[in-house]
Amino acid sequence: MGLSAALWGPLGLLLSLALPPAVGAHTHRDYCVLGAGPAGLQVAAFLHHAGRDYEVFERTPAPGSFFMRYPRHRKLISINKRYTGKNNAEFNLRHDWNSLLSHDPRLVFRHYSRAYFPDAGDMVRYLRDFADRLGLHVRYNTNIVHVTLKKDWQAWNSHYFILTNQKGQVYQCSVLLVATGLSVPNLVDFPGSEYAEGYESVSVDPEDFVGQNVLILGRGNSAFETAENILGVTNFIHMLSRSRVRLSWATHYVGDLRAINNGLLDTYQLKSLDGLLESDLRDLAIVKDAKGKFHITLGFFLEETNASRSADAIPLPQDDNDNFAMRVAYDRVIRCLGWKFDFSIFNQSLRLSSGSEFSKKYPLIRASYESKGTRGLFILGTASHSVDYRKSAGGFIHGFRYTVRAVHRLLEHRHHGIPWPCTEHPTTQLTNSIIRRVNEASGLYQMFGVLADVILLKENATAFEYLEEFPMQMLAQLETLTGRTAKHGLFIINMEYGKNFSGPDKDVFFHDRSVGHTEDAWQSNFLHPVIYYYRHLPTEQEVRFRPAHWPLPRPTAIHHIVEDFLTDWTAPVGHILPLRRFLENCLDTDLRSFYAESCFLFTLTRQKLPPFCQQGYLRKQGLVYTKSLQQHGVESGLLRDYATMGQVLEDSSRQPGDQEPVNQPLGTGHLIHLDSNKEEL
Amino acid sequence: MEAAFVYGTAYQFVLTTEIALLESIGSEDIERAHLYFFHCNLISDLTQQCRRTLMRQPLTTLNIHAFVKTMKAPLLTEVAEDPQQVSTVHLQLGLPLVFIVSQKATYEADRRTAEWVAWRLLGKAGVLLLLRLTSWMTVTLQISNIKHLFPFRKRDSLEVNIPQHTNVVFRRAEKEVPLEFLVLTDIDSIISYVEDNVEMEENKDSDVEDPDLDIQDDEVAETVYRDRKRQLPLEVTMELTEETFHATVMASDSIVLFYAGWQAVSMAFLQSYIDVAVKLKGTSTMLLTRINCADWSGVCTKQNVTEFPAVKMYKKGENPVSYAGMLGTEDLLKFIQLNRISCPVSITSIQEVEEYLNGELYEDLVTYSSVSVLGLFSPAMTTAKEDFTEAGNYLKGCVLTGIYSEEDVWILANKHAATLPALLLAKHKDGKIESIPLAGTPAQDIVQIITNALQETFPEITVENLPTYFKPQKPLLILFSDGSINPQHREAILTLVAQKHLDSFTPCWLNLKNTPVGRGILQVYFGLLPPLPLLVLVNQHSGGHVFAFPSDQSITEQNLALWLKKLEAGLENHITILSAQEWKPPLPAYNFLSMMDAATSQHATGKAPGRMKEIDVQENDKERHEDKLTVKKEPVETLRIKHWNRNNWFKETEKSLKPHTEL
Repeated sequence: MGLSAALWGPLGLLLSLALPPAVGAHTHRDYCVLGAGPAGLQVAAFLHHAGRDYEVFERTPAPGSFFMRYPRHRKLISINKRYTGKNNAEFNLRHDWNSLLSHDPRLVFRHYSRAYFPDAGDMVRYLRDFADRLGLHVRYNTNIVHVTLKKDWQAWNSHYFILTNQKGQVYQCSVLLVATGLSVPNLVDFPGSEYAEGYESVSVDPEDFVGQNVLILGRGNSAFETAENILGVTNFIHMLSRSRVRLSWATHYVGDLRAINNGLLDTYQLKSLDGLLESDLRDLAIVKDAKGKFHITLGFFLEETNASRSADAIPLPQDDNDNFAMRVAYDRVIRCLGWKFDFSIFNQSLRLSSGSEFSKKYPLIRASYESKGTRGLFILGTASHSVDYRKSAGGFIHGFRYTVRAVHRLLEHRHHGIPWPCTEHPTTQLTNSIIRRVNEASGLYQMFGVLADVILLKENATAFEYLEEFPMQMLAQLETLTGRTAKHGLFIINMEYGKNFSGPDKDVFFHDRSVGHTEDAWQSNFLHPVIYYYRHLPTEQEVRFRPAHWPLPRPTAIHHIVEDFLTDWTAPVGHILPLRRFLENCLDTDLRSFYAESCFLFTLTRQKLPPFCQQGYLRKQGLVYTKSLQQHGVESGLLRDYATMGQVLEDSSRQPGDQEPVNQPLGTGHLIHLDSNKEEL
Repeated sequence: MEAAFVYGTAYQFVLTTEIALLESIGSEDIERAHLYFFHCNLISDLTQQCRRTLMRQPLTTLNIHAFVKTMKAPLLTEVAEDPQQVSTVHLQLGLPLVFIVSQKATYEADRRTAEWVAWRLLGKAGVLLLLRLTSWMTVTLQISNIKHLFPFRKRDSLEVNIPQHTNVVFRRAEKEVPLEFLVLTDIDSIISYVEDNVEMEENKDSDVEDPDLDIQDDEVAETVYRDRKRQLPLEVTMELTEETFHATVMASDSIVLFYAGWQAVSMAFLQSYIDVAVKLKGTSTMLLTRINCADWSGVCTKQNVTEFPAVKMYKKGENPVSYAGMLGTEDLLKFIQLNRISCPVSITSIQEVEEYLNGELYEDLVTYSSVSVLGLFSPAMTTAKEDFTEAGNYLKGCVLTGIYSEEDVWILANKHAATLPALLLAKHKDGKIESIPLAGTPAQDIVQIITNALQETFPEITVENLPTYFKPQKPLLILFSDGSINPQHREAILTLVAQKHLDSFTPCWLNLKNTPVGRGILQVYFGLLPPLPLLVLVNQHSGGHVFAFPSDQSITEQNLALWLKKLEAGLENHITILSAQEWKPPLPAYNFLSMMDAATSQHATGKAPGRMKEIDVQENDKERHEDKLTVKKEPVETLRIKHWNRNNWFKETEKSLKPHTEL
């Protein structure tokens, strides 16, 4: 996350040319990490914990250099929710957007700041502690200025990554993990663009803006943050961008404009001089007049008037169009257009190219975060956001801390033969496992649509393996990536917003936006768990050509757990029961739980037992009811009071398919049932 | 409006909200929309009132269409052919046909009756006058009880036999369903018969279509839910948190219940756990604690607890022990109590050994352990001691084990005629002490020896202990008894056991007083609760046959031996076969996939239908039809919806998945 890498770059290159490294004088590392920002430290923590041979290279003398300068106005917009009313640490991570993952409970961000939107300085302090406490191997003041490949058939990936630092020292790495963030400010080239001050260097002192007309280019959080800071002292602020403003509360994407920064929207809509305009910046031109004020004109006007740049001679739009919106002269123009990935240090042999038009600022990678061009080269952290750009949180700490973990798990399997961690349970635990995860898992919650839990069924569906937070777009390659087998069907647990709910132009406060009934769960708009069932692992083709707007190929069956206002999906009838019915119908079995007495009855009156009795009761772990529970059971009609059962009996053995298992009248028992019916009415 | 558009040329459609008019028509319930058909084309004079028919079905386009069609159909049709071959518009609309059987002699009267019936059943069933012609009325059947409705199945013959006294033939709209030949005395009974049957179908319809998926059918979940408002004395156990967990289990011997507040089984067991704590209050050195893993999932994961509920015992300087017994008060209490002393416990004097073996030493614990186990070793037998200690450790909480290895151990060896190292098993019930040589026996085998010793030869079977006796997979020979067992019966069986006649069985008895669910079992075997005592042989493991010892014979050694011989020879008939039915989903699930399809394909009208079972129907069609037990008789409407759905599904699949096809 070094911003001045661009400045250092050419200098470093010169040095390395001046001092060619001695052949063979290099250090080898299995894993090299570029950048000691949050993502770099996060992957280092996992590598360290696993006892791997790794080293982090950091250009500056301390971790998290990005946060030493940015955000310029020092207020982080990632929330630091210190109280949730819950004790579950995993759940609380859902609302902690700053912490990295570690086994040290002290390394939780709420211990570093009391502010809901913390100061960037606290993040610097946190990252330093994170690196120190965990004893991570970070080589500071080491600027990697050049990365190239060296073929070697013995290497893990048939090649090594050769890294050269600013002093010409060379490192050889089996795997390269790039966590350098987006370090190059985005520039738009148009006539007069040199007059614009950059976000990276503009003054943050409001005094410098008193009584000025300010034009801000851009409409992201940095633009609004800048505006917010000077809103009260300027004459007015105009904000110019190519497309409409995208509000994060409408798009459900944290990278869009956050409510905390949107003071200017308020004053614009209330006609308080500030304003928002849309235009393609590349068509514009800025002209500086004799008084040092800036005028907006159009690029092609300049072309017409050749190169004679006398400001007064250049035609302005208002010459023809006297009500042109931007006809006033500005005192300042500030460019807040974001950043892009620094491709400059990577040799062409790495074939690290930028993504599509839509995500040009990011390097092109697979859903496994591995570069498309080079095996063994992974992009982590903010720079890996092309995978879920404008969808999920992969470009932010609270998202990439999980994707980094996923990458680490993939590497553990690929290079160390350690399969993707999983827990194995009997089928009776299926509903429980899912309910537990959807209620506490933070990775699923933050990285919705990107990371999903996977349940791999064992033969005959008597047991299953539970894998957490697998990159779901890699589903077809699950077996090779995780070392687990998926021969007998699988469930995918994902979190989703309603299909047509989010969008920059959507009204997310419309009247019937939330759904309460279980049968309408599929129409839930707010983030809710969705479970996909596949009889067979989908193929790569199926994943690639999945229906539009579907995160996964069409499943055999699908279940939505109805959205919940409290995101607490533990209601026995509203959430758990429909889920159980879904799982039962997928597996074609009965997943109800039974008391020992019922199991006893089944054992002696039937040849087959339901899984709960088989896996519990028959293993001497039956569940014995207490008096009061038995009473409730009898009242509900689900249990029978055998002690009062009379002499005259009809054949009414309990069938698993019965809708009302024991409601048949029987002798003296009859009376009890009538009573119970009354109570239910 | 749609109906008016379609039928506007044939009929005049009138809409009214005039209350007075509605009342004059005699609408019963003017709050609700009604549709009347006025048969005004039958009258010539406007002063006359038109006959009218009220549509009873809900006002849907489909129903109106069907209703209008039946109005258009001839009121009464005369036929003289096989009722099974007749086809009218009614059948297509899913309505039944009523044939009034007529003869030449009574033709006029029958016709009037038929017309009368036809008016009454207009819109509900088609009415036909069936002329009984001698030419096809070849055979008449002798029916003994003609007053009863007699369903008559038509086989593959063209000849149809109408029983002699039949005056009404009822034909349901469903194919495959046999004709019903009825003898009905008056018009009202015809009407009510038809209405009952039609209504019954409608009810069944809605039952099958809409089983309430939101009704809890899990007994544990439901009982826990119903009990949610009762205050448990939770304070008798200590609640642990992430902060207090380690300090607590390190500071004192503790039992920890790991549970999840949202999980029903956990919460059911929590009640038993609290009961145990109440019972032990102030008497136990063991600290009873609990931790809610829904809050402190990190602690639970670190303690290797991934399934709930789980109970672990933490003792100073020892590895935590997982409780693996029944999730109930009794077994847990036993586990905790037996763990008060170390396992095996060291016994230091001959005097103590005597007290240990006769149950005086740990008087309060003997109730939890029917057998006291004592290992006898001379001090030098270190490996044997180690093995025994390991076995004792393994059996922690199941049985009392002790170890004696003083210099004077030979006194005990002599007394009990044991060769050292040896195992003494003191059974407190009958006061017998058995000795078993242990030389070179590994720990695993010692465990097996002790576990076997804990099993009785003729136990009283209970809910708690059945799994133990069920494990060997032998047929159970169960003597059901209401109260304690007759000593003579016990004697008879024990004699047979001694004579090795029962080696291939697990003989046991069941006391209905202690195990009332036995009644439920007898009910399955016999239908009625038979006179007790009663001996039953249950063979769950091969074939599920159940045999009953003849109740007219007394349970004696000889009779039993003879019966068993006959059984072996296959000369006895079973009284029932245990159901081999698999445990299938009790109810379907919401089929969200088809609902989503319906929504995207714009075919959705109102509530999108769909239940998960349809997937099965598609895929297991053949299988289902073969297995008659699982084929529910589905009324036409449901099936129709299913077909509609299925078509929809395929259409949608084609549309949305062009690059590839599923299924």
